[in-house]
Amino acid sequence: MVFSAPVLNYTLLSPMLILLGGALIGVLVEAFMSKALRPITQLSVTLGSLVLALVQVWRIRNEQSMTAAMGSVVIDGPAVLLQASILIISIISVFLIADTEHFTALAASLPGSEEERHAMQTGSQVTEVYPLTLFAVAGMLLFPVSSDLITLFVALEMLSLPLYLMAGLSRRRRLASQESALKYFLLGAFSSAFFLFGAAFLYGYSASVTFAGIRESVVGGGGNDVFLLIGIAFLSVGLLFKVGAVPFHAWSPDVYQGSPTPVTAFMAAATKVAAFGAMLRIYYTSFANAQWSWTPMLTVIAIVTMLFGSLVAIAQRDVKRMLAYSSIAHAGFLLSGVIALNKAGLEASIFYLFAYGIATVGGFAIVTLVRDSAGEVTDLNRWKGLGKRSPWVAAAFAGFLLSFAGIPLTSGFIGKFSIFSAAYESGAKSIVIAGVLSSAIAAFFYIRVIVLMFFTDPVEDGTSVEIPSALTSITVIFSMVVTIALGVFPAPVLNFISDLATFIR
Amino acid sequence: MTTSNSLVYLIALPLLGATILLLAGRRADKWGHILGTLMSASSFAVGLYQLSQMLGRTNEARPVTQKLFEWISVGTFNVDAGLLLDQLSICFVLLITGVGTLIHIYSISYMSHDHDRRRFFAYLNLFIAAMLLLVLGNSYLNLYVGWEGVGLASYLLIGFWNHKPAYATASKKAFVMNRIGDMGLSFAIMIAFATIGTVSFEGIKEHAHHTSTGALTAIGIMLLVAATGKSAQFPLQAWLGDAMAGPTPVSALIHAATMVTAGVYLITRSNFIFDAAPTAQLLVVIVGAITLLFGALIGTAKDDIKKALAASTMSQIGYMILGAGLGPVGYAFAIMHLLTHGFFKAGMFLGAGSVMHGMNDEVNMRKYGALRKFMPITFVTFGLGYLAILGVPPFAGFYSKDMIIETAFNAGGIKGIILGTVTLLGAGITAFYMTRVMILTFTGKSRWDDEAHPHESPLLMWLPMAILAIGSVSSGFLLSRGDALVNWLAPLFEHHGEHKELLSPIVVSGLALAMVAIGVAIAFLKYSRQEVAAVAPEDVSVFTKIARQDLMQDRFNEAVFMRPGQQLTQVLVKTDEAVIDGAVRGVGQLAMGSGSILRGLQSGFVRSYAALILVGASLLIAAIWVVTK
Repeated sequence: MVFSAPVLNYTLLSPMLILLGGALIGVLVEAFMSKALRPITQLSVTLGSLVLALVQVWRIRNEQSMTAAMGSVVIDGPAVLLQASILIISIISVFLIADTEHFTALAASLPGSEEERHAMQTGSQVTEVYPLTLFAVAGMLLFPVSSDLITLFVALEMLSLPLYLMAGLSRRRRLASQESALKYFLLGAFSSAFFLFGAAFLYGYSASVTFAGIRESVVGGGGNDVFLLIGIAFLSVGLLFKVGAVPFHAWSPDVYQGSPTPVTAFMAAATKVAAFGAMLRIYYTSFANAQWSWTPMLTVIAIVTMLFGSLVAIAQRDVKRMLAYSSIAHAGFLLSGVIALNKAGLEASIFYLFAYGIATVGGFAIVTLVRDSAGEVTDLNRWKGLGKRSPWVAAAFAGFLLSFAGIPLTSGFIGKFSIFSAAYESGAKSIVIAGVLSSAIAAFFYIRVIVLMFFTDPVEDGTSVEIPSALTSITVIFSMVVTIALGVFPAPVLNFISDLATFIR
Repeated sequence: MTTSNSLVYLIALPLLGATILLLAGRRADKWGHILGTLMSASSFAVGLYQLSQMLGRTNEARPVTQKLFEWISVGTFNVDAGLLLDQLSICFVLLITGVGTLIHIYSISYMSHDHDRRRFFAYLNLFIAAMLLLVLGNSYLNLYVGWEGVGLASYLLIGFWNHKPAYATASKKAFVMNRIGDMGLSFAIMIAFATIGTVSFEGIKEHAHHTSTGALTAIGIMLLVAATGKSAQFPLQAWLGDAMAGPTPVSALIHAATMVTAGVYLITRSNFIFDAAPTAQLLVVIVGAITLLFGALIGTAKDDIKKALAASTMSQIGYMILGAGLGPVGYAFAIMHLLTHGFFKAGMFLGAGSVMHGMNDEVNMRKYGALRKFMPITFVTFGLGYLAILGVPPFAGFYSKDMIIETAFNAGGIKGIILGTVTLLGAGITAFYMTRVMILTFTGKSRWDDEAHPHESPLLMWLPMAILAIGSVSSGFLLSRGDALVNWLAPLFEHHGEHKELLSPIVVSGLALAMVAIGVAIAFLKYSRQEVAAVAPEDVSVFTKIARQDLMQDRFNEAVFMRPGQQLTQVLVKTDEAVIDGAVRGVGQLAMGSGSILRGLQSGFVRSYAALILVGASLLIAAIWVVTK
């Protein structure tokens, strides 16, 4: 048997390799560095790797290659855009993660145990969240550039496993946090099984695991359609689970609420970009010619997801759960970009993902600021009158909510407008109608929070707004600036996306 | 076309000033007024530099453009945020920044006792920036941004002393009436986009020839509505008198020299539309003619010096609008009158401010009298402005107003005779009420309140007045020497060679001077020969009563618009509450209800979540099975 060494294009893979390298350094730092220096070192390593990776992505922005890693990874315009979005979102999320107040001092200790108390008293703080973040981001970068089912699965697990752990790291309400981590893990494993099952069927259909191979079989026809359809359906279950589409969404409110808020921010924003990126690639390349089979299914899911997310969000009393349902609704809006299956749909989806991701991180950054003596206050009733006590914080949150609601002059409006017009162009009228309707419903609960903050008298219950740390301020200000800039002057970004956004097949 | 990268500084400098002053807050109280003045002055310097560059080029190469960024790009609708500086806009740039800077200097002293002086300068800078954007925008949409910006600055400045409810109401009135005009502008833009497909000046000019007259007329009328709002022309004139609630430098800058002339700019800039839409053009003339008489008549009965000047502004802008409505022959004269008016009216307003400054902010002219001995500089500068507005040769107004009267006579046929008569009559009434202002304020016996101690204003105040007075004396001569301004603007307008004369210029000048002499004489007989009452007499003719009430303009508005409007609003509110809110509440309750029910799915048990996934997957398979069948 002859082994030939794999040919790897290191330049094109470098963003991911840098992050993995950074993550490994982080593991070593965690093990060998003295306690005092650890947090700052970890933060520098993490931010350094992310920024370096972003620079690297910028440098390869005009490259196109199917063979960066022996045909398992494809680098093209959308890949660059998605990777850059993930990295930017990750960087501002890490600014939030840097506030150790949210993380348990010793994740390995039992909640309420002597060990935990000791760690709290001595002020020691483990910082494994940084390397976990880097591993997750590396997985997220790989997810939308995978070009075969095996790599796609590896990337899926690579991004999921660290997230399961990170969900359980909360300092307050540790039991709830650990419960959510376990739930996320169990359900994630369950959906991964579906994913693999679907991959097996697709292999059975096309005798290939590469996207190109599957595409050839779909175009050529003649295979066993039942295999193809079951394959698409089960693979979709795995992907739809990650994006939180109904009925595979049930984990997300619990996990969003239980996780430390910076992790929620990261997870809500970056995972969505990665998962939708992968979904766009596989539907736009491999399954494009089998559109007849999956469009009805995805359309129904998209409509149900939008309506369900918007309706249930109204009934929420907790700001994190409300944002979770809002994110479900947004998954529905984003699905219309997948269904559109045209260039406009791809461009709109990428813009939407970036805009939504940035606003999401900003929104959760505000959530981290509203606290009382026992930590964050997420009960919406206690946000009453926030606008009178902390006008700037409340105004920033209002800005992000308006963007979620898709009000003009925010990035959310441009995103919704372009994604719905792309769907309309492709003939998916029902989804546009449902989308506009559920946007109207969603506006109700977003604006209700604004009314609550600005037009209700404050209650005296010790809720206070933390003075944001420098890093948190950067995140909030950056997110706000991007949200407004993309709403007022979207043209440069839209043009940039338009120039790059074409999948190579 | 020539491009330049420095146009943006014209706007950016004052905008920067406004931003710094507003953001720095009280910390800038010590130096805010100096920064504001410097920013305005540097913008003026940039303007002069641009003028010198422009003079060095040939006619065709004179317009300069600068593209700032791609602003809107939706389908076929592309608008760049771009600036255009041509022979027309440079006139405005220099007027705005030049007079603007003088008024900044004046305000340093005038507002020195106001603890919000920094905020005042911030708003002044904001106004300068917005007004420059208005005249420099290269499309109607860019102009619109400036248009709204000056509206905002005007609102903020009229209500600058908003602790007095009447002043706050005045600013609101100005704002609301301006909104009606603004609506006209937005309609004009929309019609232009819908029928021509572009909103840039250049684009519309190119396509105007093969656009239907109907569309052009509609655009023209909407533009006229916009102009009547901003320039206080009939029927949207009622706000200008109340706008005098603002500090006097504001009245001089915004409500005399610059902002209120934006309507004249708009019509002149849109010459390619009006030239091709005779109906709209005729309406422009009618509006101008009505307003010039309307304003003049109000002016005769006002005892408040600022309101008398405001009425006069309204009337003088009526002249400009009329001139602009006379087509290619009239545009240049309208602009010339606008420029000379900018000098003499701003000068007179500053003079009025100087008088108020010395008289404990008293505005009632019946409480003045004999001030020339105590305020010699103010008297002289105001007097020069007075001679200019009367049109006495060789002062500025003689050149500009006579040209408009002459052009009006030459408009041809019965139209020419009517317009010529109206403009002559206006000149006579103007002479009457301005003489009245002069006599009541500066001559005769003193009728002051006991605590008044009139005194001349400090240097920083009289210097700008003196400079403006020089302009009132010389600007008309300089601008019309060898038809300088007409030739300068000529490349922008299309000419129709024919130029028939009904009356020769000498005759027109003679008639005008005769009218002025009559007006002055009547005023002398009425106010100089007789004792002036310190309290306005009540036993006056019905005409005076009507004129004192601004020719019933407010009553008219109240009866025709406000009350039916209020009733309509009430009906709408009821409908809204019952039908629309009812529907919304119903939907909201339905949504809340279904949300609560669906929420029940979220049990918290991981087994039910997994079951949900399983059900979902099964449904997918079932759905696909149905599809393939």
